[in-house]
Amino acid sequence: MKKKLSVGKALLYGILILYAVITLVPFIWAVSSSFKTLEEIVSGTINFIPKNFTFDNYKQIFLEQELFPRWLLNSLIIGVAGTSLNLLFNSMAGYALARLSFPGRKTLFIIILAVLMIPAQVTMIPNYLILRELGWLNSYQGMIVPAMINATFIFMMRQFFINFPKELEEAAEMDGLSRFGTFFKIVIPLAKPALAAQAIFVFMGFWNDFMRPLIILSDPSMFTLPLGLNTFKGQYISYWNYIMAASMVFTLPVLLLYGFFNRYFIKGISFTGGK
Amino acid sequence: MKKRRTYSKRSLREASQGYSLMAPTIFVLALFIIGPILYAFFLSFHKVQLLGTATYEFVGLSNFTNISDDSRALRALWNTFKYVIIVVPIQTLLALILAATLNAGLKGQSIFRIVYFLPTLTSSAVLTLIFMWMYNQNGLVNEILSILGLPTYNWMGDPSVALIAIMIMNIWATAPFFMVIYLAALQDIPDSLYEAAELDGANAFKKFIYITVPNLRPVTSFVVIMGLIGTFQLFDQSFIFSGGSGGPDNSTLTVVLLIYQYAFKSLGTMGYAAAIAVMLSIVILVATLLQRKFSKEESLY
Repeated sequence: MKKKLSVGKALLYGILILYAVITLVPFIWAVSSSFKTLEEIVSGTINFIPKNFTFDNYKQIFLEQELFPRWLLNSLIIGVAGTSLNLLFNSMAGYALARLSFPGRKTLFIIILAVLMIPAQVTMIPNYLILRELGWLNSYQGMIVPAMINATFIFMMRQFFINFPKELEEAAEMDGLSRFGTFFKIVIPLAKPALAAQAIFVFMGFWNDFMRPLIILSDPSMFTLPLGLNTFKGQYISYWNYIMAASMVFTLPVLLLYGFFNRYFIKGISFTGGK
Repeated sequence: MKKRRTYSKRSLREASQGYSLMAPTIFVLALFIIGPILYAFFLSFHKVQLLGTATYEFVGLSNFTNISDDSRALRALWNTFKYVIIVVPIQTLLALILAATLNAGLKGQSIFRIVYFLPTLTSSAVLTLIFMWMYNQNGLVNEILSILGLPTYNWMGDPSVALIAIMIMNIWATAPFFMVIYLAALQDIPDSLYEAAELDGANAFKKFIYITVPNLRPVTSFVVIMGLIGTFQLFDQSFIFSGGSGGPDNSTLTVVLLIYQYAFKSLGTMGYAAAIAVMLSIVILVATLLQRKFSKEESLY
């Protein structure tokens, strides 16, 4: 019995390690390529440790490719502003749907649930035309405003506020705080874990988005990183050392974010994956 | 009487508070979601010219009927269908196996979990570039295949394998995300069920088949629906992989990539693109509803 158990365990470890290798190899290969010279890259030999370790690829993309820092900045501006607005507006809507009664509340909630099922492709062309009418193509607001709420997280915040103890709010109201005062001073600070999970996913959504910027932004100086990276690939078609270095710069911020907020990540996913 | 009045005053105040809190949401919903959906239907019945001020010419159903005569549209549909049918079951099964393995109470779980999560964090653009680099003629994938004595391929240039290359990459990239959803659900299965089964002499495999899998059915349903929605919308990877063309020989052309091309890359076909987008949304909706119905009936047994 005991022996059988350990064979099973060995098998499980085998699966886990094999899959870890499968997951890691592409990343290690990309990182290693980003520190190789072009000569080594084109030679086609398989070595994960660069023979001539060099930072030149990183220097090149920051110094020679003037737009690269700009793309990084654009991505940051859109990501940070978009995420802040989402946190605020999604919580406001979630709170109203959970706690306040007003005519049309049910309809609004049903619409928000329905929106969850609507693929972005239907709204993609009309949104382009609307932004064009507004003169918002190639602008930060064109990227931010249409995405400053998120149905998934409104839904998630509503669930959170429904389970939130009412007594606290009643006590605050007794103490003379207004509804908005209660919301901003009592409710929001206590919602931090839910907000943290949301912040990560919304930021990643903005940071990694490819299709919306592709449609909305055509001026290279307004590009976000994914778009920049794509044109970069076209320009340096066989300079995989540069392309990999740029890819690593693009990935690093999200990895750092993950490092800091690891536990909220898993929580956030189980939130969205829950019943 | 008096009480009633204060009540309605209170409810009036609450309503105004509700609307102020909902205002940004209502604004975006109306201008960028509900409005555009109606607008999309309108566009799909029109021929749209965008030069200068946009003009719309009513063409009835012809945008929809043209789809069946368009060989690229049929090819895109076929590619997308193939992609959905192959990727969804494999990524779901892989996610389930990984989650069950990770949940078995082994040491080092958290490290594996962090490692597995890396692709979920990384953007589709970066992942596609990394895989393109590995799929090179004499790139890493072919080197490994030849070391193992397996045949090598021109992954990006050969129409018969290009879509498979994207499938492999995306299964690799999305399975861990669904794994985390399964992991959370596994924690909710009561231990007592497993203990009872153990008393009845069930082995690990039997416990997995008779307890874990049935208890995960609602989550599996969720994972499959999310998988369907995601795979039907394949775009970033085909776009970057083929430089926006859907090549080689239309083998990586997906429905969404085709919509993009007709809407933004060729003139006068925006209405047609809207018609294809409307069709795609209906297909996704029907697939989602069918899946729901199917999994509900299943759980009746």
